[in-house]
Amino acid sequence: MHDKSIAELSAGLKSGEFSSVELTRHFLDRIAAHDGRLNSFITVTEEGALAQAAAADARIQAGDAGPLTGIPLAHKDIFCTRGVRTSCASKMLDPFVAPYDATVVTNLAEAGVVMLGKTNMDEFAMGSSNETSWYGPVRNPWDTDRVPGGSSGGSASAVAARLCAAATGTDTGGSIRQPASFCGITGIKPTYGRVSRYGMIAFASSLDQAGPMTRSAEDAALLLTGMSGFDPKDSTSIDRPVEDYAAALGRDLKGLKVGVVKEFFGDGLDAGVGASVQAAIDELKKLGADVMEVSLPNSGLSVPAYYVVAPAECSSNLSRMDGVRFGHRCEDPRDLTDLYERSRSEGFGDEVKRRILIGTYALSAGYYDAYYLKAQKIRRLISDDFKQAFEQVDVLVGPSAPDTAFKLGAKSDDPVSMYLSDIYTIAVNLAGLPGMSIPAAPANGLPVGLQLIGNYFEEARLLNVAHQLQLATDWHRATPGGFE
Amino acid sequence: MSLQRADVKKIAHLARLAVSDTEADALVKDLSNILDLVAQMDAVDTGQVEPMAHPTDMAQRLRPDVVTETDQREALQANAPAVENGLFLVPKVIE
Repeated sequence: MHDKSIAELSAGLKSGEFSSVELTRHFLDRIAAHDGRLNSFITVTEEGALAQAAAADARIQAGDAGPLTGIPLAHKDIFCTRGVRTSCASKMLDPFVAPYDATVVTNLAEAGVVMLGKTNMDEFAMGSSNETSWYGPVRNPWDTDRVPGGSSGGSASAVAARLCAAATGTDTGGSIRQPASFCGITGIKPTYGRVSRYGMIAFASSLDQAGPMTRSAEDAALLLTGMSGFDPKDSTSIDRPVEDYAAALGRDLKGLKVGVVKEFFGDGLDAGVGASVQAAIDELKKLGADVMEVSLPNSGLSVPAYYVVAPAECSSNLSRMDGVRFGHRCEDPRDLTDLYERSRSEGFGDEVKRRILIGTYALSAGYYDAYYLKAQKIRRLISDDFKQAFEQVDVLVGPSAPDTAFKLGAKSDDPVSMYLSDIYTIAVNLAGLPGMSIPAAPANGLPVGLQLIGNYFEEARLLNVAHQLQLATDWHRATPGGFE
Repeated sequence: MSLQRADVKKIAHLARLAVSDTEADALVKDLSNILDLVAQMDAVDTGQVEPMAHPTDMAQRLRPDVVTETDQREALQANAPAVENGLFLVPKVIE
Protein backbone atom coordinates (compact mmCIF):
# COMPACT_ATOMS: atom_id res chain seq x y z
CA MET A 1 0.00 0.00 0.00
CA HIS A 2 2.88 2.37 0.79
CA ASP A 3 4.19 2.10 -2.78
CA LYS A 4 0.95 3.35 -4.31
CA SER A 5 0.50 6.88 -5.65
CA ILE A 6 -2.06 9.23 -4.12
CA ALA A 7 -4.38 8.60 -7.07
CA GLU A 8 -4.05 4.82 -6.64
CA LEU A 9 -4.70 5.10 -2.90
CA SER A 10 -7.71 7.29 -3.54
CA ALA A 11 -9.10 4.75 -6.01
CA GLY A 12 -8.51 1.94 -3.54
CA LEU A 13 -10.32 3.86 -0.79
CA LYS A 14 -13.27 4.67 -3.03
CA SER A 15 -13.60 1.10 -4.31
CA GLY A 16 -13.51 -0.25 -0.78
CA GLU A 17 -10.32 -2.26 -1.36
CA PHE A 18 -9.10 -0.83 1.95
CA SER A 19 -10.29 1.81 4.39
CA SER A 20 -8.52 4.98 5.46
CA VAL A 21 -8.32 3.54 8.99
CA GLU A 22 -6.47 0.48 7.62
CA LEU A 23 -4.21 2.66 5.47
CA THR A 24 -3.47 4.97 8.39
CA ARG A 25 -2.75 2.01 10.69
CA HIS A 26 -0.38 0.67 8.02
CA PHE A 27 1.62 3.92 7.92
CA LEU A 28 1.61 4.26 11.72
CA ASP A 29 3.04 0.72 11.95
CA ARG A 30 5.71 1.61 9.41
CA ILE A 31 6.67 4.71 11.38
CA ALA A 32 6.97 2.62 14.54
CA ALA A 33 9.05 0.00 12.73
CA HIS A 34 11.40 2.24 10.78
CA ASP A 35 11.58 5.77 12.11
CA GLY A 36 14.00 4.83 14.87
CA ARG A 37 16.67 4.69 12.17
CA LEU A 38 15.66 8.00 10.57
CA ASN A 39 14.29 10.30 13.32
CA SER A 40 12.08 11.95 10.70
CA PHE A 41 9.14 12.53 13.09
CA ILE A 42 9.12 14.80 16.14
CA THR A 43 5.50 14.03 17.06
CA VAL A 44 3.32 11.14 15.90
CA THR A 45 -0.39 11.85 16.35
CA GLU A 46 -1.74 8.29 16.43
CA GLU A 47 -5.10 8.96 18.12
CA GLY A 48 -5.85 12.04 16.06
CA ALA A 49 -4.86 10.27 12.85
CA LEU A 50 -7.17 7.30 13.45
CA ALA A 51 -10.05 9.67 14.30
CA GLN A 52 -9.44 11.66 11.12
CA ALA A 53 -9.24 8.41 9.14
CA ALA A 54 -12.59 7.26 10.51
CA ALA A 55 -14.13 10.61 9.54
CA ALA A 56 -12.62 10.27 6.07
CA ASP A 57 -14.09 6.77 5.71
CA ALA A 58 -17.52 8.20 6.57
CA ARG A 59 -17.13 10.87 3.88
CA ILE A 60 -16.05 8.26 1.36
CA GLN A 61 -19.09 6.12 2.20
CA ALA A 62 -21.33 9.15 1.80
CA GLY A 63 -19.89 9.84 -1.63
CA ASP A 64 -18.45 13.14 -0.42
CA ALA A 65 -14.76 12.41 -1.05
CA GLY A 66 -12.19 14.37 -3.05
CA PRO A 67 -8.81 13.25 -4.42
CA LEU A 68 -7.06 13.74 -1.05
CA THR A 69 -9.75 12.37 1.28
CA GLY A 70 -8.39 9.66 3.55
CA ILE A 71 -4.79 10.08 2.41
CA PRO A 72 -2.27 9.92 5.32
CA LEU A 73 0.40 12.61 5.25
CA ALA A 74 2.79 14.40 7.57
CA HIS A 75 3.19 18.13 8.26
CA LYS A 76 6.57 19.78 8.75
CA ASP A 77 6.74 20.89 12.39
CA ILE A 78 6.72 24.54 11.30
CA PHE A 79 2.96 24.53 10.68
CA CYS A 80 0.72 25.34 13.64
CA THR A 81 -1.59 22.39 14.34
CA ARG A 82 -4.27 23.06 16.93
CA GLY A 83 -3.86 21.03 20.13
CA VAL A 84 -0.61 19.46 18.92
CA ARG A 85 2.93 20.45 19.84
CA THR A 86 4.45 22.72 17.20
CA SER A 87 8.14 22.99 17.92
CA CYS A 88 9.99 24.20 14.82
CA ALA A 89 12.56 21.64 16.06
CA SER A 90 13.64 24.11 18.75
CA LYS A 91 13.94 23.92 22.54
CA MET A 92 12.38 27.39 22.45
CA LEU A 93 9.03 25.94 21.32
CA ASP A 94 9.24 22.46 22.81
CA PRO A 95 6.48 23.38 25.32
CA PHE A 96 4.34 25.15 22.69
CA VAL A 97 0.97 23.61 21.80
CA ALA A 98 -0.53 25.54 18.89
CA PRO A 99 -3.90 27.14 19.68
CA TYR A 100 -4.88 27.27 16.03
CA ASP A 101 -4.29 25.58 12.67
CA ALA A 102 -2.19 27.05 9.89
CA THR A 103 -4.22 27.76 6.76
CA VAL A 104 -2.27 25.02 4.92
CA VAL A 105 -3.35 22.59 7.64
CA THR A 106 -6.96 23.78 7.49
CA ASN A 107 -7.09 23.58 3.69
CA LEU A 108 -5.76 20.02 3.66
CA ALA A 109 -7.99 18.98 6.58
CA GLU A 110 -11.02 20.26 4.68
CA ALA A 111 -9.88 18.12 1.75
CA GLY A 112 -10.00 15.18 4.17
CA VAL A 113 -6.34 14.28 4.65
CA VAL A 114 -5.19 12.32 7.69
CA MET A 115 -2.28 13.85 9.64
CA LEU A 116 0.13 11.16 10.87
CA GLY A 117 2.33 13.60 12.75
CA LYS A 118 4.85 16.48 12.61
CA THR A 119 8.14 16.02 10.87
CA ASN A 120 11.61 16.95 12.01
CA MET A 121 13.45 19.89 10.44
CA ASP A 122 16.41 22.20 10.92
CA GLU A 123 15.71 24.52 13.86
CA PHE A 124 13.42 27.37 12.76
CA ALA A 125 14.03 26.23 9.16
CA MET A 126 17.65 27.40 9.27
CA GLY A 127 19.87 24.79 7.74
CA SER A 128 20.60 22.59 4.74
CA SER A 129 21.18 19.22 6.40
CA ASN A 130 18.62 18.76 9.20
CA GLU A 131 21.49 18.62 11.70
CA THR A 132 20.45 21.65 13.75
CA SER A 133 17.25 20.15 15.18
CA TRP A 134 16.97 20.14 18.97
CA TYR A 135 15.45 16.66 18.62
CA GLY A 136 18.55 15.27 16.90
CA PRO A 137 19.49 14.98 13.23
CA VAL A 138 17.40 13.22 10.62
CA ARG A 139 19.09 10.50 8.57
CA ASN A 140 18.84 9.85 4.86
CA PRO A 141 17.06 6.51 4.16
CA TRP A 142 19.39 5.89 1.19
CA ASP A 143 22.39 5.85 3.59
CA THR A 144 21.73 6.48 7.25
CA ASP A 145 25.25 7.90 7.78
CA ARG A 146 24.27 10.75 5.49
CA VAL A 147 22.08 13.81 5.80
CA PRO A 148 18.66 14.05 4.14
CA GLY A 149 19.22 17.72 3.33
CA GLY A 150 17.35 20.58 4.97
CA SER A 151 15.54 22.29 6.32
CA SER A 152 12.62 19.97 5.36
CA GLY A 153 14.77 16.90 6.02
CA GLY A 154 12.18 15.03 8.09
CA SER A 155 9.50 15.40 5.42
CA ALA A 156 11.92 14.33 2.67
CA SER A 157 13.19 11.33 4.59
CA ALA A 158 9.69 10.18 5.61
CA VAL A 159 8.38 10.39 2.04
CA ALA A 160 11.42 8.58 0.58
CA ALA A 161 11.10 5.77 3.14
CA ARG A 162 7.35 5.69 2.48
CA LEU A 163 6.38 6.32 6.10
CA CYS A 164 3.62 8.60 4.75
CA ALA A 165 1.98 9.10 1.35
CA ALA A 166 3.21 12.69 1.14
CA ALA A 167 4.38 15.54 3.35
CA THR A 168 4.34 19.31 3.50
CA GLY A 169 7.57 21.31 3.50
CA THR A 170 8.68 24.92 3.39
CA ASP A 171 11.34 26.60 1.27
CA THR A 172 13.09 29.88 2.05
CA GLY A 173 16.43 29.28 0.32
CA GLY A 174 15.95 25.76 -1.05
CA SER A 175 14.53 23.84 1.90
CA ILE A 176 12.06 21.80 -0.17
CA ARG A 177 14.16 21.39 -3.31
CA GLN A 178 17.53 20.49 -1.80
CA PRO A 179 16.24 17.75 0.56
CA ALA A 180 14.02 16.45 -2.28
CA SER A 181 17.23 16.20 -4.31
CA PHE A 182 19.18 14.42 -1.55
CA CYS A 183 16.35 11.96 -0.81
CA GLY A 184 15.29 11.19 -4.37
CA ILE A 185 11.79 12.62 -4.20
CA THR A 186 9.74 15.37 -5.87
CA GLY A 187 9.19 18.76 -4.26
CA ILE A 188 7.87 22.09 -5.47
CA LYS A 189 8.14 25.59 -4.01
CA PRO A 190 5.34 27.63 -5.57
CA THR A 191 5.40 31.33 -6.53
CA TYR A 192 5.66 33.62 -3.50
CA GLY A 193 2.13 34.35 -2.37
CA ARG A 194 0.51 31.26 -3.93
CA VAL A 195 0.22 29.38 -0.63
CA SER A 196 -0.80 31.10 2.60
CA ARG A 197 1.84 31.67 5.29
CA TYR A 198 -0.75 32.11 8.07
CA GLY A 199 0.19 29.77 10.90
CA MET A 200 3.52 28.87 9.28
CA ILE A 201 6.11 29.99 11.79
CA ALA A 202 8.01 32.79 10.08
CA PHE A 203 11.71 32.67 9.26
CA ALA A 204 12.16 35.21 6.42
CA SER A 205 8.83 36.74 5.56
CA SER A 206 9.69 37.88 2.02
CA LEU A 207 11.10 34.47 1.07
CA ASP A 208 9.16 31.72 2.91
CA GLN A 209 6.76 29.49 0.94
CA ALA A 210 5.10 26.16 1.69
CA GLY A 211 4.86 23.32 -0.81
CA PRO A 212 4.27 19.59 -1.26
CA MET A 213 6.92 16.86 -1.02
CA THR A 214 5.86 13.65 -2.74
CA ARG A 215 7.09 10.74 -4.83
CA SER A 216 5.84 12.09 -8.14
CA ALA A 217 4.77 15.25 -9.95
CA GLU A 218 1.29 13.76 -10.26
CA ASP A 219 1.03 13.51 -6.46
CA ALA A 220 2.54 16.99 -6.02
CA ALA A 221 -0.08 18.47 -8.35
CA LEU A 222 -2.93 17.07 -6.24
CA LEU A 223 -1.38 18.29 -3.01
CA LEU A 224 -0.51 21.75 -4.35
CA THR A 225 -4.11 22.34 -5.45
CA GLY A 226 -5.21 21.36 -1.94
CA MET A 227 -2.70 23.70 -0.27
CA SER A 228 -3.07 26.79 -2.46
CA GLY A 229 -5.44 29.71 -2.32
CA PHE A 230 -5.95 33.34 -1.38
CA ASP A 231 -6.03 33.90 2.38
CA PRO A 232 -7.09 37.27 3.84
CA LYS A 233 -5.20 36.34 7.03
CA ASP A 234 -1.86 36.45 5.13
CA SER A 235 -1.20 39.98 3.94
CA THR A 236 1.18 38.69 1.26
CA SER A 237 -1.26 36.13 -0.12
CA ILE A 238 -2.03 36.63 -3.81
CA ASP A 239 -5.69 36.85 -4.82
CA ARG A 240 -5.67 34.53 -7.77
CA PRO A 241 -7.88 31.49 -8.47
CA VAL A 242 -6.43 28.08 -7.59
CA GLU A 243 -5.64 25.94 -10.60
CA ASP A 244 -6.41 22.27 -10.96
CA TYR A 245 -2.75 21.40 -11.36
CA ALA A 246 -3.54 17.76 -12.19
CA ALA A 247 -5.55 18.78 -15.26
CA ALA A 248 -2.57 20.27 -17.08
CA LEU A 249 -0.14 17.37 -16.63
CA GLY A 250 -0.88 15.66 -19.95
CA ARG A 251 0.35 18.24 -22.43
CA ASP A 252 3.32 17.06 -24.53
CA LEU A 253 6.59 18.98 -24.54
CA LYS A 254 7.02 19.57 -28.28
CA GLY A 255 8.36 23.02 -28.86
CA LEU A 256 8.91 23.74 -25.17
CA LYS A 257 11.81 26.18 -24.86
CA VAL A 258 14.18 25.05 -22.13
CA GLY A 259 17.04 27.23 -20.87
CA VAL A 260 20.05 25.55 -19.30
CA VAL A 261 21.52 28.00 -16.77
CA LYS A 262 25.17 28.42 -17.68
CA GLU A 263 26.25 29.60 -14.22
CA PHE A 264 24.85 26.45 -12.55
CA PHE A 265 27.39 24.20 -14.31
CA GLY A 266 30.58 25.89 -13.19
CA ASP A 267 33.13 25.12 -10.48
CA GLY A 268 31.79 23.45 -7.40
CA LEU A 269 29.36 21.13 -9.20
CA ASP A 270 30.09 17.45 -8.58
CA ALA A 271 30.93 15.75 -11.88
CA GLY A 272 28.52 12.84 -11.30
CA VAL A 273 25.68 15.22 -10.47
CA GLY A 274 26.42 17.27 -13.57
CA ALA A 275 26.39 14.19 -15.81
CA SER A 276 23.10 12.99 -14.33
CA VAL A 277 21.44 16.39 -14.77
CA GLN A 278 22.74 16.55 -18.36
CA ALA A 279 21.20 13.12 -19.07
CA ALA A 280 17.84 14.40 -17.78
CA ILE A 281 18.13 17.44 -20.04
CA ASP A 282 18.82 15.09 -22.97
CA GLU A 283 15.57 13.29 -22.14
CA LEU A 284 13.74 16.62 -22.43
CA LYS A 285 15.24 17.01 -25.91
CA LYS A 286 13.96 13.53 -26.82
CA LEU A 287 10.50 14.63 -25.70
CA GLY A 288 10.59 17.48 -28.20
CA ALA A 289 11.96 20.39 -26.17
CA ASP A 290 14.22 23.04 -27.73
CA VAL A 291 17.16 23.29 -25.36
CA MET A 292 19.44 26.34 -25.30
CA GLU A 293 21.91 27.95 -22.94
CA VAL A 294 20.90 31.03 -20.95
CA SER A 295 22.79 33.21 -18.53
CA LEU A 296 21.82 34.62 -15.14
CA PRO A 297 24.86 36.89 -14.77
CA ASN A 298 24.15 38.08 -11.20
CA SER A 299 23.22 34.66 -9.79
CA GLY A 300 26.69 34.34 -8.21
CA LEU A 301 25.63 37.06 -5.76
CA SER A 302 22.55 35.22 -4.60
CA VAL A 303 24.21 33.51 -1.61
CA PRO A 304 25.78 36.74 -0.28
CA ALA A 305 22.53 38.70 -0.76
CA TYR A 306 20.47 35.93 0.87
CA TYR A 307 22.77 35.76 3.89
CA VAL A 308 21.90 39.37 4.58
CA VAL A 309 18.18 39.40 3.73
CA ALA A 310 17.21 36.12 5.39
CA PRO A 311 19.10 36.67 8.68
CA ALA A 312 17.83 40.26 8.84
CA GLU A 313 14.24 39.13 8.46
CA CYS A 314 14.78 36.24 10.87
CA SER A 315 16.23 38.53 13.54
CA SER A 316 13.01 40.50 13.35
CA ASN A 317 10.70 37.47 13.26
CA LEU A 318 12.42 35.65 16.10
CA SER A 319 12.26 38.66 18.40
CA ARG A 320 8.78 37.45 19.34
CA MET A 321 10.39 34.48 21.15
CA ASP A 322 10.98 36.41 24.37
CA GLY A 323 9.94 34.00 27.13
CA VAL A 324 6.99 36.23 28.06
CA ARG A 325 3.89 34.95 26.30
CA PHE A 326 4.78 31.40 25.16
CA GLY A 327 7.72 29.07 24.71
CA HIS A 328 10.74 28.50 26.88
CA ARG A 329 11.34 30.79 29.85
CA CYS A 330 14.53 30.64 31.94
CA GLU A 331 14.26 29.88 35.65
CA ASP A 332 14.28 32.68 38.24
CA PRO A 333 14.83 35.67 35.96
CA ARG A 334 16.50 38.51 37.88
CA ASP A 335 14.96 41.27 35.77
CA LEU A 336 13.37 41.74 32.36
CA THR A 337 16.67 41.89 30.48
CA ASP A 338 17.84 38.70 32.16
CA LEU A 339 14.52 37.05 31.30
CA TYR A 340 14.90 37.93 27.61
CA GLU A 341 18.63 37.14 27.32
CA ARG A 342 18.65 33.85 29.19
CA SER A 343 15.36 32.53 27.78
CA ARG A 344 16.53 33.23 24.26
CA SER A 345 20.08 31.97 24.76
CA GLU A 346 18.86 28.76 26.36
CA GLY A 347 16.08 28.27 23.83
CA PHE A 348 17.94 28.90 20.54
CA GLY A 349 20.64 26.70 19.02
CA ASP A 350 23.96 27.95 17.62
CA GLU A 351 22.96 28.35 13.96
CA VAL A 352 19.83 30.30 14.88
CA LYS A 353 21.91 32.58 17.13
CA ARG A 354 24.47 33.16 14.36
CA ARG A 355 21.75 34.21 11.96
CA ILE A 356 19.99 36.45 14.47
CA LEU A 357 23.32 38.17 15.16
CA ILE A 358 24.21 38.67 11.48
CA GLY A 359 20.70 39.97 10.85
CA THR A 360 20.80 42.34 13.82
CA TYR A 361 24.17 43.67 12.65
CA ALA A 362 22.93 44.18 9.08
CA LEU A 363 19.94 46.17 10.28
CA SER A 364 21.71 48.19 12.96
CA ALA A 365 22.33 51.92 12.73
CA GLY A 366 25.14 52.71 10.34
CA TYR A 367 25.04 49.38 8.56
CA TYR A 368 21.52 49.23 7.09
CA ASP A 369 22.51 50.90 3.77
CA ALA A 370 25.69 48.91 3.30
CA TYR A 371 24.09 45.57 3.99
CA TYR A 372 20.30 45.28 3.90
CA LEU A 373 19.60 47.94 1.29
CA LYS A 374 22.51 46.73 -0.85
CA ALA A 375 21.19 43.17 -0.66
CA GLN A 376 17.73 44.32 -1.76
CA LYS A 377 19.31 46.01 -4.79
CA ILE A 378 21.19 42.82 -5.65
CA ARG A 379 17.85 41.07 -5.29
CA ARG A 380 16.40 43.36 -7.97
CA LEU A 381 19.31 42.55 -10.32
CA ILE A 382 18.89 38.81 -9.79
CA SER A 383 15.16 39.10 -10.42
CA ASP A 384 15.72 41.12 -13.59
CA ASP A 385 18.10 38.41 -14.89
CA PHE A 386 15.25 35.89 -14.61
CA LYS A 387 12.82 38.28 -16.37
CA GLN A 388 15.21 38.53 -19.28
CA ALA A 389 15.77 34.78 -19.41
CA PHE A 390 12.02 34.14 -19.50
CA GLU A 391 11.74 36.34 -22.57
CA GLN A 392 13.69 33.65 -24.43
CA VAL A 393 12.59 30.40 -22.76
CA ASP A 394 9.60 28.84 -20.98
CA VAL A 395 11.45 26.92 -18.27
CA LEU A 396 14.96 27.00 -16.79
CA VAL A 397 16.84 23.86 -15.74
CA GLY A 398 19.91 22.94 -13.77
CA PRO A 399 20.97 20.91 -10.76
CA SER A 400 19.10 21.33 -7.47
CA ALA A 401 22.26 20.93 -5.38
CA PRO A 402 26.01 20.90 -6.11
CA ASP A 403 26.53 17.45 -4.63
CA THR A 404 24.78 14.32 -3.41
CA ALA A 405 23.95 13.79 0.27
CA PHE A 406 27.06 14.38 2.40
CA LYS A 407 27.89 12.53 5.61
CA LEU A 408 26.55 13.78 8.94
CA GLY A 409 29.03 16.18 10.49
CA ALA A 410 30.92 16.82 7.24
CA LYS A 411 29.97 20.51 7.08
CA SER A 412 29.12 21.27 10.71
CA ASP A 413 32.35 23.13 11.45
CA ASP A 414 32.03 25.59 8.62
CA PRO A 415 28.75 27.50 8.36
CA VAL A 416 29.74 29.14 5.08
CA SER A 417 30.43 25.78 3.41
CA MET A 418 26.96 24.65 4.52
CA TYR A 419 25.45 27.85 3.06
CA LEU A 420 26.91 27.02 -0.35
CA SER A 421 24.67 23.90 -0.51
CA ASP A 422 21.89 26.25 -1.57
CA ILE A 423 23.82 27.93 -4.36
CA TYR A 424 21.39 26.90 -7.11
CA THR A 425 18.16 27.26 -5.20
CA ILE A 426 18.48 30.61 -3.42
CA ALA A 427 18.10 32.92 -6.44
CA VAL A 428 14.64 31.44 -7.03
CA ASN A 429 13.46 32.51 -3.56
CA LEU A 430 14.97 35.98 -3.94
CA ALA A 431 12.99 36.43 -7.16
CA GLY A 432 9.84 34.77 -5.74
CA LEU A 433 9.57 32.37 -8.68
CA PRO A 434 8.28 28.79 -8.57
CA GLY A 435 10.95 26.09 -8.44
CA MET A 436 10.81 22.31 -8.40
CA SER A 437 13.18 19.38 -7.87
CA ILE A 438 12.59 15.93 -9.33
CA PRO A 439 14.84 12.86 -9.29
CA ALA A 440 17.38 12.39 -12.08
CA ALA A 441 19.61 9.31 -12.40
CA PRO A 442 21.66 8.61 -9.26
CA ALA A 443 25.35 9.53 -8.98
CA ASN A 444 27.82 7.92 -6.59
CA GLY A 445 24.94 5.57 -5.68
CA LEU A 446 22.94 8.48 -4.26
CA PRO A 447 19.93 10.51 -5.46
CA VAL A 448 20.38 13.57 -7.67
CA GLY A 449 17.82 16.34 -8.23
CA LEU A 450 17.00 18.13 -11.49
CA GLN A 451 15.76 21.64 -10.76
CA LEU A 452 13.05 23.23 -12.91
CA ILE A 453 12.35 26.97 -12.56
CA GLY A 454 9.31 28.69 -14.02
CA ASN A 455 8.00 32.20 -14.46
CA TYR A 456 5.57 33.68 -11.92
CA PHE A 457 2.49 31.44 -11.36
CA GLU A 458 3.70 28.82 -13.85
CA GLU A 459 3.45 25.93 -11.36
CA ALA A 460 1.20 24.06 -13.82
CA ARG A 461 3.90 24.25 -16.48
CA LEU A 462 6.61 22.94 -14.12
CA LEU A 463 4.39 20.06 -12.97
CA ASN A 464 3.58 19.26 -16.61
CA VAL A 465 7.25 19.12 -17.63
CA ALA A 466 8.11 17.04 -14.57
CA HIS A 467 5.23 14.63 -15.18
CA GLN A 468 6.13 14.10 -18.85
CA LEU A 469 9.71 13.38 -17.82
CA GLN A 470 8.43 10.92 -15.19
CA LEU A 471 6.30 9.13 -17.80
CA ALA A 472 9.37 8.64 -20.00
CA THR A 473 11.85 7.67 -17.25
CA ASP A 474 11.73 5.75 -13.99
CA TRP A 475 14.29 7.56 -11.82
CA HIS A 476 11.50 8.73 -9.49
CA ARG A 477 10.36 5.12 -8.90
CA ALA A 478 13.57 4.06 -7.17
CA THR A 479 13.21 3.42 -3.45
CA PRO A 480 15.84 3.09 -0.71
CA GLY A 481 16.63 -0.47 0.38
CA GLY A 482 15.68 -1.67 3.86
CA PHE A 483 12.29 0.03 4.01
CA GLU A 484 10.20 -2.51 2.11
CA MET B 1 35.27 42.68 7.70
CA SER B 2 36.81 42.04 11.07
CA LEU B 3 34.71 42.17 14.18
CA GLN B 4 36.01 42.42 17.73
CA ARG B 5 34.67 40.68 20.80
CA ALA B 6 33.14 43.99 21.92
CA ASP B 7 31.20 44.31 18.66
CA VAL B 8 29.75 40.84 19.10
CA LYS B 9 28.71 41.61 22.66
CA LYS B 10 27.04 44.85 21.54
CA ILE B 11 25.09 43.10 18.76
CA ALA B 12 24.17 40.31 21.16
CA HIS B 13 22.72 42.83 23.57
CA LEU B 14 20.66 44.43 20.76
CA ALA B 15 19.31 40.95 19.99
CA ARG B 16 18.77 40.19 23.69
CA LEU B 17 21.06 37.16 23.56
CA ALA B 18 23.47 36.35 26.41
CA VAL B 19 26.93 35.58 25.10
CA SER B 20 29.88 34.50 27.28
CA ASP B 21 33.45 35.57 26.49
CA THR B 22 34.28 32.15 25.04
CA GLU B 23 31.12 32.12 22.93
CA ALA B 24 31.85 35.68 21.77
CA ASP B 25 35.31 34.68 20.56
CA ALA B 26 33.93 31.76 18.54
CA LEU B 27 31.27 34.05 17.12
CA VAL B 28 33.89 36.65 16.09
CA LYS B 29 35.35 34.01 13.78
CA ASP B 30 32.03 32.68 12.43
CA LEU B 31 30.45 36.09 11.92
CA SER B 32 33.59 37.49 10.27
CA ASN B 33 33.55 34.61 7.79
CA ILE B 34 29.91 35.26 7.00
CA LEU B 35 30.59 38.97 6.54
CA ASP B 36 33.44 38.11 4.15
CA LEU B 37 30.93 36.08 2.12
CA VAL B 38 28.52 38.98 2.16
CA ALA B 39 31.23 41.47 1.10
CA GLN B 40 31.11 39.88 -2.36
CA MET B 41 28.09 42.10 -2.96
CA ASP B 42 30.45 45.10 -3.17
CA ALA B 43 31.73 43.81 -6.51
CA VAL B 44 28.65 45.18 -8.25
CA ASP B 45 27.70 48.85 -8.66
CA THR B 46 24.05 49.20 -7.63
CA GLY B 47 23.88 53.01 -7.59
CA GLN B 48 20.92 53.26 -9.97
CA VAL B 49 19.10 50.10 -8.88
CA GLU B 50 15.75 50.16 -7.06
CA PRO B 51 15.76 47.98 -3.93
CA MET B 52 13.34 45.05 -4.05
CA ALA B 53 11.38 44.20 -0.89
CA HIS B 54 8.70 42.03 -2.49
CA PRO B 55 8.98 39.73 -5.54
CA THR B 56 6.13 41.39 -7.40
CA ASP B 57 6.43 44.82 -5.73
CA MET B 58 3.03 44.28 -4.13
CA ALA B 59 1.67 47.02 -1.87
CA GLN B 60 0.26 46.20 1.58
CA ARG B 61 -3.40 45.22 1.26
CA LEU B 62 -5.69 47.20 3.59
CA ARG B 63 -9.05 46.33 5.12
CA PRO B 64 -11.80 48.36 6.86
CA ASP B 65 -10.95 49.38 10.43
CA VAL B 66 -13.56 47.10 11.96
CA VAL B 67 -13.13 44.51 14.74
CA THR B 68 -13.10 41.00 13.32
CA GLU B 69 -11.37 38.99 16.04
CA THR B 70 -13.24 37.26 18.87
CA ASP B 71 -12.02 37.05 22.47
CA GLN B 72 -9.90 33.91 22.76
CA ARG B 73 -7.65 35.11 25.57
CA GLU B 74 -7.84 31.94 27.65
CA ALA B 75 -6.97 29.66 24.75
CA LEU B 76 -4.19 31.94 23.56
CA GLN B 77 -2.70 32.32 27.05
CA ALA B 78 -2.63 28.58 27.65
CA ASN B 79 1.02 28.53 26.55
CA ALA B 80 2.13 31.38 28.81
CA PRO B 81 4.79 30.60 31.42
CA ALA B 82 3.15 32.89 33.99
CA VAL B 83 -0.29 34.46 33.85
CA GLU B 84 -2.57 36.12 36.43
CA ASN B 85 -6.00 37.61 35.80
CA GLY B 86 -5.38 37.50 32.08
CA LEU B 87 -2.11 39.41 32.40
CA PHE B 88 1.32 38.05 31.47
CA LEU B 89 3.68 38.12 34.46
CA VAL B 90 7.30 39.30 34.15
CA PRO B 91 9.92 40.44 36.69
CA LYS B 92 9.43 43.98 37.99
CA VAL B 93 10.31 46.52 35.32
CA ILE B 94 9.92 49.82 37.15
CA GLU B 95 11.85 50.34 40.37
